[in-house]
Amino acid sequence: MSSIRSGARAAVPLAVAIAGFGVSFGVLARSAHFGWLAPIVMSAITFAGSAQFAAASVLASGGGAVTAVVAAVLLNARYGPIGVSVAPEFEGSRWRRLLHAQLIVDESWALGHQGDGRYDLGRIIGAGLTCYVAWVVGTAVGVAAGDLVGNPSRWGLDAAFPAMFLALLAPQLRSRRAASAALSGAAIAVVLVPLAPAGVPIIAASAACLIGLRR
Amino acid sequence: MNPNVWIVVGACGLATIVIKGAGPVLLGGRGLPPAVLRVVGLLGPALLAALVATSVFGAKHRLVLDERALGLGAAAVGVWRRLPPLAVVVLAAAVTAIARAL
Repeated sequence: MSSIRSGARAAVPLAVAIAGFGVSFGVLARSAHFGWLAPIVMSAITFAGSAQFAAASVLASGGGAVTAVVAAVLLNARYGPIGVSVAPEFEGSRWRRLLHAQLIVDESWALGHQGDGRYDLGRIIGAGLTCYVAWVVGTAVGVAAGDLVGNPSRWGLDAAFPAMFLALLAPQLRSRRAASAALSGAAIAVVLVPLAPAGVPIIAASAACLIGLRR
Repeated sequence: MNPNVWIVVGACGLATIVIKGAGPVLLGGRGLPPAVLRVVGLLGPALLAALVATSVFGAKHRLVLDERALGLGAAAVGVWRRLPPLAVVVLAAAVTAIARAL
């Protein structure tokens, strides 16, 4: 129990930033015609920021439901191996493990790391809960604020999407390989914008991750 | 409201629950090959960069250079100066709105 509490406390500084992300998501989802309830429900059941922004951005640019979902799934694919890395620490019934696994986000995963590839499940749960509350409450605040906005492009909100993606991208550019994948992904997407249906350029850009096959 | 919103919200939620739960529910400590981990690790940078590019230059089926590019430039400065994400977004929106009003 005490490790849950220590994880929850350790995540508080991050939770402030996550709440800010949540506010941005709420405002942007409103501007993408999500209504007021759907953004909050999405944050409550998906709990994965970049995937939610991607899905909203694809719909806002006129893409279909399938392309929006595929883009979100590709962005969340990292949670497959992340889940595998913490799997040995999970205990209890399948339902319990499934429920606890939902609290895995980049931040709680990082805070739960004990070194040498070992993880503390309590800290992941505690940190995940703090981040979850910040994310959902932030989204609700953003939705409420979005009501006051009116025409989104008058306030430059259409530029908030690329700014948000850039803020999410920057911390991931830690290696030369990641930078090449980013440049290739952007190039593929730009070339395809005039040629392919909306949303497809983003999915096609995922091919750039094959750079990782090189040793 | 866009009629696809609820479909997307439901499908994204379900898919994420399955992806996050797969390892802890099915695997008991077995690892993945390093090549798979490297490829999946690069999905984030590739897709996020594609999202930056399409959301700043895309307009229906054309590429355009407009005030959003100025906003993105301001966002880049904000990221470089290590501003918090909400401040980066507000900065980009403000620069774009001001450029548009001029």
